Amino acid sequence: MKNVEYRTASSAQGGLIVMRGVPGVAAGTRVALRDASGRLRSGLVIRVSDAAVLVEVFEGTEALDLERTWVRFLDEPFMLPLSRDILGRIFNGAGQPRDGRPPIISRERRNINGEALNPAARAYPREFIQTGISAIDGMNSLTRGQKLPIFSGGGLPHNRVAAQIVRQARLLGEEASDFVVVFAAFGVSSADARYFQESFEDSGVLNRVVMFLNLADEPVIERLLTPRTALTAAEYLAYELDYHVLVVMTDMTAYAEALREVAVLRGDVPARKGYPGYLYSDLAEIYERAGRIRERRGSITMIPVLSMPSDDITHPIPDLTGYITEGQIVLSRELANQGIYPPVAVLPSLSRLMKDGIGKNYTREDHPHVASQLFASYAKALEVRVLAAIIGAEELSEGDRRFLAFADAFERRFIGQGEDEDRSIFETLNLAWDLLSMLPPEQLIRVTEEELARYHKWQPTVEVV
Amino acid sequence: MTGIGPGWTDPQDEDNMGKIVEINGPIVRLELPQTVIGEQVRVGALKLVGEVIGREGDTALAQMYENTEGLRPGEPAEGLGHPLSVELGPGLLNAIFDGVQRPLSAVRAMSGDRIARGIEVHALPRDRRWSFQPAEGLVPGTQLHGGEILGTVQETASIAHRILVPPDVAGELLDLAPAGEYGVADSIARVRLADGSIRKLNLFHRWPVRTPRPFRRRDHAVKPLITGQRILDTFYPLLKGGKAAIPGPFGAGKTMLQQQIARWCNAEIVIYVGCGERGNELTDVLEFMPELKDPHTGRPLMERTLLVANTSNMPVVAREASIYVGITIAEYFRDQGYDVVMVADSTSRWAEALREVAGRLGQMPVEEGYPAYLGSRLAGFYERAGRVETLAGGHGSVTLIGAVSPPGGDFSEPVTSHTKEIIQTFWALSKELADARHYPAVDWVESFSGYVPAAARWWADNVDPGWEAARAAALDLLSASEELARIVNLVGVEALSSEQRWTLEAAGLIKEGVLQQAATDAVDSFASPEKQYLLLKAMLEIHAQGLKLVRLGAPARRLLQLPLLAEARRWKSQHPSDDLAALKARIAEIPAVFERLALDYAEQPTEG
Ligand SMILES: Nc1ncnc2c1ncn2[C@@H]1O[C@H](COP(=O)(O)OP(=O)(O)O)[C@@H](O)[C@H]1O
Ligand SMILES: [Mg+2]
Repeated sequence: MKNVEYRTASSAQGGLIVMRGVPGVAAGTRVALRDASGRLRSGLVIRVSDAAVLVEVFEGTEALDLERTWVRFLDEPFMLPLSRDILGRIFNGAGQPRDGRPPIISRERRNINGEALNPAARAYPREFIQTGISAIDGMNSLTRGQKLPIFSGGGLPHNRVAAQIVRQARLLGEEASDFVVVFAAFGVSSADARYFQESFEDSGVLNRVVMFLNLADEPVIERLLTPRTALTAAEYLAYELDYHVLVVMTDMTAYAEALREVAVLRGDVPARKGYPGYLYSDLAEIYERAGRIRERRGSITMIPVLSMPSDDITHPIPDLTGYITEGQIVLSRELANQGIYPPVAVLPSLSRLMKDGIGKNYTREDHPHVASQLFASYAKALEVRVLAAIIGAEELSEGDRRFLAFADAFERRFIGQGEDEDRSIFETLNLAWDLLSMLPPEQLIRVTEEELARYHKWQPTVEVV
Repeated sequence: MTGIGPGWTDPQDEDNMGKIVEINGPIVRLELPQTVIGEQVRVGALKLVGEVIGREGDTALAQMYENTEGLRPGEPAEGLGHPLSVELGPGLLNAIFDGVQRPLSAVRAMSGDRIARGIEVHALPRDRRWSFQPAEGLVPGTQLHGGEILGTVQETASIAHRILVPPDVAGELLDLAPAGEYGVADSIARVRLADGSIRKLNLFHRWPVRTPRPFRRRDHAVKPLITGQRILDTFYPLLKGGKAAIPGPFGAGKTMLQQQIARWCNAEIVIYVGCGERGNELTDVLEFMPELKDPHTGRPLMERTLLVANTSNMPVVAREASIYVGITIAEYFRDQGYDVVMVADSTSRWAEALREVAGRLGQMPVEEGYPAYLGSRLAGFYERAGRVETLAGGHGSVTLIGAVSPPGGDFSEPVTSHTKEIIQTFWALSKELADARHYPAVDWVESFSGYVPAAARWWADNVDPGWEAARAAALDLLSASEELARIVNLVGVEALSSEQRWTLEAAGLIKEGVLQQAATDAVDSFASPEKQYLLLKAMLEIHAQGLKLVRLGAPARRLLQLPLLAEARRWKSQHPSDDLAALKARIAEIPAVFERLALDYAEQPTEG
């Protein structure tokens, strides 16, 4: 069947063609389509009966002359050839080279859709990854095997933050040598893609990076393949070659929009904001490929980046992402406008796996309490700031004025740091105590009395201005 | 031949073969003339499993529990002659199953880290031997009825598994196996049915998951389910046999709260259904449960627990089934006379699976793409909760706790709003509280419980007659403080009177000293009813003592400097539930603290 060309297309519309009289085609198989001009297009069988085969054409169905369209059914799903040589290479969303170098030839080829991991085979992520960024390490820690997205908005420095994480991420007390990066960009500008490439070059990790690029002006349907191809490569690196893989994917919003575009063409029932009801399951198929497997050395840690349309966290894309990922790092336009980098809004940010990867045996014993105290104190301080805006700072009680000062210092010194500043977790925790020392001990009930005695440097006589 | 439930014939009787006509994602059209709706099918060269959900002309539509990639029209299809059913017998506890009851550990041994398609494996291991003890007094000739107890297998140290006559079987006992070691598929009894035929009974039987298991009658739920979580037990109680929902946006703490309940609640059996959620959360449960001890029995928690796991990346149709698999197993333990809790995380994902299949079938969507039968399916599911008198004459209960994941945290969406009408206890999680790291982020304004009067009787009898009044007083303080907080946000705290400032402080004490309860705090993760009550009374006592002083003219500013206020907020983490003497002593000292202040204050009467 692979070598037979059929010329039985009966209709073509909106990226879909219907083929008649081709029996026994397998669901989900790849299709190669040749048009009158000899141009090759590729597609996927999405619905099939003996009478009719519905094919989604990636490059679209424009200018197809049905009489002169030849279709081959390749009798296999999308497969990615894999070998160690993918490191240092750049591919398109379908896994073909875009760096001008020869294609990967290998007997190892994998279905890019992957297969669901048996939940009984998973190992729980516990090892703390130090990113060197205080707002993350101290309060929203990343662990090996976690999926932790960055929720951002147009014009915010999410790419810089992601690149900084890639440059700095390391495990405590271990060599970073078995660490590689899979980078997938879809629907992004070529400038953004170039920024990442240069940043990998500068930090000398380029030969440990595999890139999959589908730029904003390239076929939309290929965008749907890109994260899957990238994760297939990541799984190979992690579970066959024992690497610890950090997967950075940007921008998931472009991905979801592509999915919506295709769903509309297919006539799928929309759920919210025109996105199909299966957006959740579709995103889960991608995100859940992060993780660790029992008795395997490698791991996949995932940092998807997405821009929230109109900065709205309840929009279906961040919303459904948040329901699947293990927390989120939210960037704030307000902090960015004040010149604070990285502008991490710590209160809506969350790392769900943090509780199991910090503290005694992982970072430092006081870490869980310090994090909890920072959240509580900063939340209170923000309330005070709102009040101050209404009644004026002069009208605040002395206690409240301390909180106001704490809020400012916390944002400037703890959240804010340099793009090349790589803080150890101990520096982060000590800095946290410096800041908490601006507040009186009776306000710090999330830490223990012993921790207060040990780390808190309260000087009640210091006047707050 | 083992029973497969009411109304189904023996599959071997018929040759029900056909072929695939069309494949559309998880929906497959079959030419399978003999089939009926609900029948299980095996489809294609890979023998994928699915379920017939509709007929169209000569063809049947089946939804597949496995990914259909690679299936071709013309490949064979086979009707299995029975509906989706579960195996019920020893070997359920301590196990992890997928959404159609495939045992995931055994599947892993067979097919590695990924779940191979078309795999054939029994839910209950056939090679394992169980020590069976026949029930006393069951002599040949006894008339047996459905649901009767034939004997027991001590499945784990804490759970005696009662072997039941299948609910749809009745007749004369011909013989019953003596005490000894048996596999689940061994025959342990023979019964002559009404029609004269003889039926062998095994250690296990099958039951179709979409048919509720019968019972004699419904009973009133009377006892609270103690979860060890103060905001639940003390403020919005749930009864054994009750129905509860936990709605909340992502990150608000639905899963943590359900895991806390699974860990600490005083049920005898816990069924944890991970329905369309994260794989790592199930790994988490699998890893911590064996290490933790049941505070009520001292036994490892895993001995009373079983998991049904259909994570978000697993096929969506099996996700729809997982809820029914879970509830049927829950009913089965109920029928043995146990109090069972089933937590389902998340019922929204189940509803979305319904929606996805409805969409593929071209059914008319009514709200946000959901089919018109969403509400009735939800109600039908929750209806299977309850406390009952079992067919065996005992009492058992199924408590259902469903997480709801409203898109954008909007509680007016269809799944949340339908669920709200069905359940009795509503633990509404709030993003604002979660963002402020107030955990559990149960919103005391939005939440409700219809079980307070029944729970009050239990607390009065078992803990303290003052429970209901204390609960009401605390809620009053909380609502008064909401009002005051609004004023403060407008004009600042200085605008409040001393009494108002003290009310605000007391509400703070209740929030931080009682309501907030970190799952990660080893001492406070579980709080016994007594500890819950003591902490609540302590905060109310501080409020009352302070109020007396304020009314005598003491300025709130002075009271707010009391170190007692910070100390009291830490008591929950300092005093474990099994050693409350020191806490009682601290509480007894409260009046003295204020008396000292009263003296102080008497010396400086001009201040204020
Ligand atoms: N009771 C609790 N105690 C401590 N932390 C909690 C508690 N509830 C929630 N959390 C924190 O919130 C995070 C998200 O909770 P989770 O239950 O996963 O939310 P949801 O299921 O609603 O998305 C957890 O990882 C944990 O950090
Ligand atoms: Mg959850």
